[in-house]
Amino acid sequence: MGKAKANAGPLARRPDNSAFKQQRLPAWSPMLTAQTVLPFFYGMAIVCVLLGVWLLVTVQNTHELKVDYTHAGSCDKCFEKRKDRANANQSCNCTVVFNIENTFKGDVFFYYGLINFHQNLRQYMDSRDDGQMIGRNKNLKNPSYYCEPFIKDKNGLPIAPCGAVANSMFNDSFTLMYHSAAGSRVVPLFRKGITWYTDKNVKFRNPQVENKTLTLAQVFEGTGQPLYWQKPVYDLDPWDRNNNGFINEDLIVWMREAAFPNFKKLYGVLNRAIEPFTDGLPAGNYSVLISYNFPVEYFQGRKEVVLSTVSWFGGQNNFLPVAYLVTGCLILLLAVILTAVWWKFGKNGRNMKE
Amino acid sequence: SNWPCKPTPTVRKQNKGDDSPQKKIHYSDNEIKTTKYTLLSFLPKNLFEQFHRFANVYFVFIALLNFVPVCNAFQPQLALAPVVFILSVTAIKDLWEDYRRHRSDKEINHMDCLVYSRYKHQYMERFWKEARVGDFIRLRCNEILPADVLLLSSSDPDRLVHIETATLDGETNLKQRRVVCSFLDLDCDFDPSKYNSVIECEKPNNDLARFRGYITHRSGRRDGLYKDNLLLRGCTIRNTEECVGIVIYAGHETKAMLNNNGPRYKRSKLEKQMNVDVGWCVIILLVMCLFSAIGHGLWMYQYGDKRPVFDVLSPEGAELSPVLSAIYLFLTMIIVFQVLIPVSLFVSIEIVKICQVYFIHQDQDLYDEETDSHLQCRALNITEDLGQMQYIFSDKTGTLTENKMVFRRCTVAGVEYSHDANGETILSQMTFKRFHSQSLSQLPSDLTDIIDFFIALTICNTVVVSSPNQPRQKVGTDSGPRWKIGTEGSPVLRKLRQVVGSGRSRLTGESWLTGGSGRSWLTGGSGRSWLTGGSWLTGGSGCSGCSMQTGSSGCSMQTEPGALEEGELRYEAESPDEAALVYAARAYKCSLVGRLPDQVTVELPDLGKLSFELLHTLGFDSTRKRMSVVVRHPLTDQITVYTKGADSVIMDLITLPSTDDSKGKRQRKILYKTQNYLNLYAADGLRTLCIAKKVMTKEEYAVWLRHHLEAETAIQGREELLFQSALRLEINLHLLGATGVEDRLQDGVPETIASLRKAGLQIWVLTGDKQETAINIAYACKLLEPDDEIITLNADSQVRSSHSTLTLRSFQKDYAPAYSFPPPPPSPSSSQTQSFLVHRLGLVIDGRTLAYALDSSLDEKFLQVARSCRSVLCCRSTPLQKSMVVKLVRNKLKVMTLAIGDGANDVSMIQVADVGVGISGQEGMQAVMASDFALPRFRNLQKLLLVHGHWCYSRLANMILYFFYKNAMFVALIFWYQFYCGFSGSAMIDQWYLIFFNLMFSAFPQLITGTLDKDVSSETLQELPQLYMNGQNSEEYKPYMFWMTMIDAFYQSLVCFFIPYFAYADSDVDLLTWGTPITTLALFTILIHLGLETKTWTWMNWVSITFSVGLFFTVALCYNASCPTCYSPSNPYWTMQRLLREPLFYLLCVITPVAALLPRLVRGRCVSVYESENVWDVHVCSRPHSEMLNTTGVVDLTVKC
Repeated sequence: MGKAKANAGPLARRPDNSAFKQQRLPAWSPMLTAQTVLPFFYGMAIVCVLLGVWLLVTVQNTHELKVDYTHAGSCDKCFEKRKDRANANQSCNCTVVFNIENTFKGDVFFYYGLINFHQNLRQYMDSRDDGQMIGRNKNLKNPSYYCEPFIKDKNGLPIAPCGAVANSMFNDSFTLMYHSAAGSRVVPLFRKGITWYTDKNVKFRNPQVENKTLTLAQVFEGTGQPLYWQKPVYDLDPWDRNNNGFINEDLIVWMREAAFPNFKKLYGVLNRAIEPFTDGLPAGNYSVLISYNFPVEYFQGRKEVVLSTVSWFGGQNNFLPVAYLVTGCLILLLAVILTAVWWKFGKNGRNMKE
Repeated sequence: SNWPCKPTPTVRKQNKGDDSPQKKIHYSDNEIKTTKYTLLSFLPKNLFEQFHRFANVYFVFIALLNFVPVCNAFQPQLALAPVVFILSVTAIKDLWEDYRRHRSDKEINHMDCLVYSRYKHQYMERFWKEARVGDFIRLRCNEILPADVLLLSSSDPDRLVHIETATLDGETNLKQRRVVCSFLDLDCDFDPSKYNSVIECEKPNNDLARFRGYITHRSGRRDGLYKDNLLLRGCTIRNTEECVGIVIYAGHETKAMLNNNGPRYKRSKLEKQMNVDVGWCVIILLVMCLFSAIGHGLWMYQYGDKRPVFDVLSPEGAELSPVLSAIYLFLTMIIVFQVLIPVSLFVSIEIVKICQVYFIHQDQDLYDEETDSHLQCRALNITEDLGQMQYIFSDKTGTLTENKMVFRRCTVAGVEYSHDANGETILSQMTFKRFHSQSLSQLPSDLTDIIDFFIALTICNTVVVSSPNQPRQKVGTDSGPRWKIGTEGSPVLRKLRQVVGSGRSRLTGESWLTGGSGRSWLTGGSGRSWLTGGSWLTGGSGCSGCSMQTGSSGCSMQTEPGALEEGELRYEAESPDEAALVYAARAYKCSLVGRLPDQVTVELPDLGKLSFELLHTLGFDSTRKRMSVVVRHPLTDQITVYTKGADSVIMDLITLPSTDDSKGKRQRKILYKTQNYLNLYAADGLRTLCIAKKVMTKEEYAVWLRHHLEAETAIQGREELLFQSALRLEINLHLLGATGVEDRLQDGVPETIASLRKAGLQIWVLTGDKQETAINIAYACKLLEPDDEIITLNADSQVRSSHSTLTLRSFQKDYAPAYSFPPPPPSPSSSQTQSFLVHRLGLVIDGRTLAYALDSSLDEKFLQVARSCRSVLCCRSTPLQKSMVVKLVRNKLKVMTLAIGDGANDVSMIQVADVGVGISGQEGMQAVMASDFALPRFRNLQKLLLVHGHWCYSRLANMILYFFYKNAMFVALIFWYQFYCGFSGSAMIDQWYLIFFNLMFSAFPQLITGTLDKDVSSETLQELPQLYMNGQNSEEYKPYMFWMTMIDAFYQSLVCFFIPYFAYADSDVDLLTWGTPITTLALFTILIHLGLETKTWTWMNWVSITFSVGLFFTVALCYNASCPTCYSPSNPYWTMQRLLREPLFYLLCVITPVAALLPRLVRGRCVSVYESENVWDVHVCSRPHSEMLNTTGVVDLTVKC
């Protein structure tokens, strides 16, 4: 303003004649004429339909098998047993038998599934301490208030890992058996490498101590195990000492809270180095030996085992291909109607007025 | 409003003379501080101000709610972010504005002035801010006054100072101020050290036109102080070498500062409507929260006593009852859903409005080269109201017309003279008298009337004479040239003067003689022809007059008026009418050559210079509608009153002569004729004034004078007493004649009115002028068509006016079949259509009838009648009536009103209307000061309303709707999720995205679109004013549109929620890995939605959208990579990085926006085309060819849909 006044003259206050100030910036006004809109519609329709078909074919080549074992087969008795919390410490094993009709080709993933388990409750989800899980010594003994009320056990010791999420960790374990003519054999599963790389290596670390010679049990000394747990965190995997503590992969998988109340979580991946599983899971009879610990009766939940192969864009899910097809068809339909009207009423807009 | 002017503690009491005042009263110093804040007070004060806005309180409440553990939803610190952001954006804006004020303050405070130092006994250069009350200040010509100063001394021999008050009221004519009377006779220089008086005056107030006080001298003498003695801060000294004054009011107590109140705050119609919908949003929010709370309670209840393993107990370990947890959840949900109430909406609207104001400012079409002025937006927040106007109330003079007055005709003593053709008629008569060389009193009465008429034209005003060669230099009287400093005693010059003076007087006489009947100066009708025709200019002494000026370079000699450059004299008048009359009189050789407070000098052709002793000036006021001067006639020595005023008033004051004698009959005839001519003038659209005179006997005068002096010296109710005194004087007048002054229409007025009318605007003209004049102007500017039926309402009493209204009603009924007159419509919106059906009626109402019509018993009827008419003219209306009419229409019809005017009499109307527009024209700045928008010309109104108004409205309306859509769509996503998480208040959208989505990721494109989008081009809007009705009927933002928007938002959010839901169902996806794509999809959908709404794409739109998307991914990637533990309770570590590697993410990004926006794409086209179909016909007929293509394309689709 001050400058404008400085160059006084007869037209000193005349506004600049720039395109911006006069609101005359070169602009593109999308003109929605039949000639521009229709090709666009047809193009969209074709893209969507083609993509949909392709996705549909891809999905058809994947396999999935769900086995609900909540009280199937011999698990019925375990289900009854878990109704009573007093029996929590008694182990219960059961077996569920199933049959695979077509060979699961490719990588086969072994999931456990929970139905009606709300891992996405706000208070539940918040009830964890990432600082503790990342191995901060301060948080190990002094968990965050977010873990309330699962901070201290009844002895007053800080719980590690604290919080409701860890407390409610799924603790069934499975052994998948393949029954062929050559006899029964355990299907080999990778129980490691089932987590996100960043989880295993960044988000979850065991507490770091100066003295490298200390065992994990000593590191966790002075902490209590979560209320519902049968074993302490440093003893989760009795077969692999490096899979214990906070970096236990089952724990890490569990800690990645599911989005929906019905979810599955990865338990293992088929080890295809061993015959006859090099191609995937062959067709035949299978059984799962289950160490049945996790009670679901309280929330009317169900448990299942899921075997699945995946495509390049995810598991067996027909929704996306169908969505593409439907959308594509809708656009096509609209385009056809528009074309028909356009054709009927002539290409000249004036005709419409008559 | 009267402060008692007594020496009570409340009154300013100033002691001067001795350095130690007995009683210290705090006076503000001259440092001005218009800043609102100091460094210390900024934060608390600004926050306090911001919390006056309800929305801010609400957001702070929500942020604080987050600190309550049972219902916290986000990281509490993070939840503060939006509030802090909003508050700080506003605070930064305030701070910047304040800083600018501070800078200008500093500049002003550090200007220099000469202040008398009591210790050094001389004037010292000081900063303005160092001047104190009681300081003596010396001011030189063209200096600006640093404070309100009481004038004590002036170098002017008449002890006058001329000031220009343009900065105060915009009036450019010079005003005279005089030295306090006690110092009048001070011959030598004023010596401050000898000053020894006490000044008492009223408390500081903002009344520019009033100042009262006393000065008490040590001798005990007391003199009154008047506004004539006060020089106001901000004015400029003109025509005066030097003056000295004492500071009375300093700094913020000066009248200029007290008058300075910042921009006005108004709330626009759109904003009011928006606030209603914000209210609805609150209700929707509460419903959603309640729904969730009940859902949560039920969900808890279904588990009964068996608590599921994932149910988290309260920190105390106690189990929460379903009811209690439902209550907690309700609060939590308010936090989670807070985005539904658009936090950033208010800030965004402010930003967009500032940009709109900027663009309106910059528009070259609203710039007037002649006056070098452009549009000023004085109210920053009602730009969109410009697009919704329904009624325009316009002043006539200066608004529709130029207010450049040209004298056209006059009638004197019943004889009519036209200025152009018959000029000689009067003059030849006037010259006649020269040969009679009789005293004036013995001349025939019509001749004296002519002379008196011109004398009245010349002196009955407040015109100041100046010379254009030395602008702003006062032209003195015939007392001879006045020498400036250093030339005072120059004998050469004095001698020269004598030569010139004598030469003039001699030659003047000669020219008469040589000219015989004086034709030489008559023919041209201008002073110059006389001068050139005369011989003496070529003579030696005339020449020496010229060379004298050049020779005495450096000592600027003031020109002697009437001698050398008489034709160049300029008159500075308060109103253009006055100037026109004085110029006209000069054209007839009756020129005003000088004006002093107590003397007016007039040069008459044969009589030479006559000095009238000016006894009183009774200024013009709008109640009396006249002004008078009381003079002592130099020839007859009679006390004569000359009165000039509106014909309606003057005619009533004329003494009706008796019908007995012939003289009386003749008088009556003259009266009758004059009245006829007046009507004729008015019919020609001229402004009429009557001139009258009265001769007082010494006794009459003495009686009146006594009362008048009492009134003048009265302390209380002085104005009222003076008014009464004037009334007493202005009676029994003798009519001299009347004048007709033409006021030309401004350029483009008829076109503007026609196009505004096409735009569905009702135009009412409210004027103080005569009915005939007004009607004539109305015809001239196409407000009335020749074949219009005109209803005139003139009534003397309420009963009669009521009666006439009733007749009018029946008249309507009579006409009903012929003109298909519809019944008064129930809603204002349909009144537009009605106004098109009834286009044969014009209503004219005069001020007196208007007073009855505005009465509460009749106003409904009046309105009904007025609404049925195409145009309404209110004549002879007072400023108050003008504002009452506006108020009545605004309140009763519930319409948007715009008042436009240029003078002080329009101020009240401008203030009452929804939008007040001032014309920065001839009559000062009062109207502009009161207005929301100030225009250089009336025709600018067309672009301002039709283009900028339309744009501002449609941009803002669309932006508001878009805001509601955006927030509702985003929040609904979370709401749907509640069905899958036991109504626990979880959000799959990470808290950061949730909070910054509105503030950052989606904020910029909509600001760009809201600022730059043009739904229709400027050319088309001006060619098709009908498009303006779009805004009048609020078609861009109707109440149902809010709900349509909401439904659309819910649909889109359903798509954006369920496509990812089903795509990820049955998988091992975790919450944030699923929620982040939803956020992305929502962003894409929202941006593409905006893209569909954007009619014109400039590079800025592209940049802003690219920026938004880029910003989102950058922030997401950085946020997800930065810290695995910092953002508890959520932990999105590496989520985005992983998602970007998943094909599924991209597949979703393609399908979801398409599916979400497909209905809108199709339906939106249909609706918009359907709506514009009305305009289609016109489009096709009158649109430029290039735009035709566009239209036909759009229409294509209509049919298809």
